[in-house]
Amino acid sequence: MNGIIKENPTFVLLLGMCPTLGTTSSALNGMSMGLATTFVLICSNVVISLIKNLIPDTVRIPAFIVVIASFVTALQMIMQAFAPDIYASLGLFIPLIVVNCIILGRAEAFASKNGVIPSFFDGLGMGLGFTLALTILGAIRELLGTGKLFGMTLWAEDYGMLMFVLAPGAFLVLGYLIAIVNKIRKV
Amino acid sequence: MELFYQYIIVFITAIFVNNVVLSQILGICPFLGVSKKVDTALGMSAAVAFVLVLATLVTFVLQKYVLDPNDLGYLQTIAFILVIAALVQMVEIILKKVSPALYQALGVFLPLITTNCAVLGVAILVIQKDFDLLMGVWYALSTALGFGLALTIFAGIREQLSMMPIPKGMQGMSIALVTAGLLAMAFMGFSGVDNGLKLLFQVG
Repeated sequence: MNGIIKENPTFVLLLGMCPTLGTTSSALNGMSMGLATTFVLICSNVVISLIKNLIPDTVRIPAFIVVIASFVTALQMIMQAFAPDIYASLGLFIPLIVVNCIILGRAEAFASKNGVIPSFFDGLGMGLGFTLALTILGAIRELLGTGKLFGMTLWAEDYGMLMFVLAPGAFLVLGYLIAIVNKIRKV
Repeated sequence: MELFYQYIIVFITAIFVNNVVLSQILGICPFLGVSKKVDTALGMSAAVAFVLVLATLVTFVLQKYVLDPNDLGYLQTIAFILVIAALVQMVEIILKKVSPALYQALGVFLPLITTNCAVLGVAILVIQKDFDLLMGVWYALSTALGFGLALTIFAGIREQLSMMPIPKGMQGMSIALVTAGLLAMAFMGFSGVDNGLKLLFQVG
């Protein structure tokens, strides 16, 4: 359960920056992306820890990528069928889960060396840490940008700063969040 | 003539208006990772341009002539990532044999490119936007130039920044992200230029 706070993949390890910045224009989007990544992370961790002895060491990485890509494809189809709205708003970033370094990183660093149960919980912990980070980032951006939180209006949209929903806001908010996390960790 | 204008619009849009890093937020890992020096930034940009154009070419042919006729569209993600990974490996091996000098310059960046989401992202975008082959490659090249521009400017700023006193908590990635945010804000000034060009050239 290290992944949630001590080794948080976003704030501490700084992995998987593209979806972190690209999909957090609202709290809901951030959370959906986090949960989607968690699903792929758990599934790929479990499968890789099961088949780790069958894969020759030299083709390890391509084999991992195929496993991850299969689950991403499955996820794409599930989301298209059951959550088309969220699928449309996350768009390109769903197939891009394949190249999220967190997933390949955990497969290589943890699942290829440990059993099924620890790998499952490693995937769950890292995934939840990632989801938490994305939800916080999305909530701040949504609140500053549109005055809403999870779609509920807290103050009029006229007072929102549109910039925070667009790309610059992603960089700025994450930059300051990391500074805050650094400060807390030192104390 | 209209086609020529279309090419200009795609070129300008991909570099300034929808900059791959600062507006579409793709390829952040190398953008933050190899932007401490202008020299390495230029090397990385060249390597990305090379792989991006090649990968777009190969994945386009794969999609149109292998996946589409056989109704295998759902294999897009798996097929593309494998092709890109294999392509990067091949480029590395060929470059090592054919041009050791170029390999020396680009070699260290090549393995990093497989996990650069800009490459896979652009390959999928070209299919989604329904470009033809020439336009797709042109779009990939423009995007790569946009990536190079953003990366080089960013590296220049960070070189200067490293000599400045920075509050302790902000050091490292934090100040880099804030800088990137300000740079992205500057690039927001270009928004609307694409529509202006469309009006100017009077194309749809």
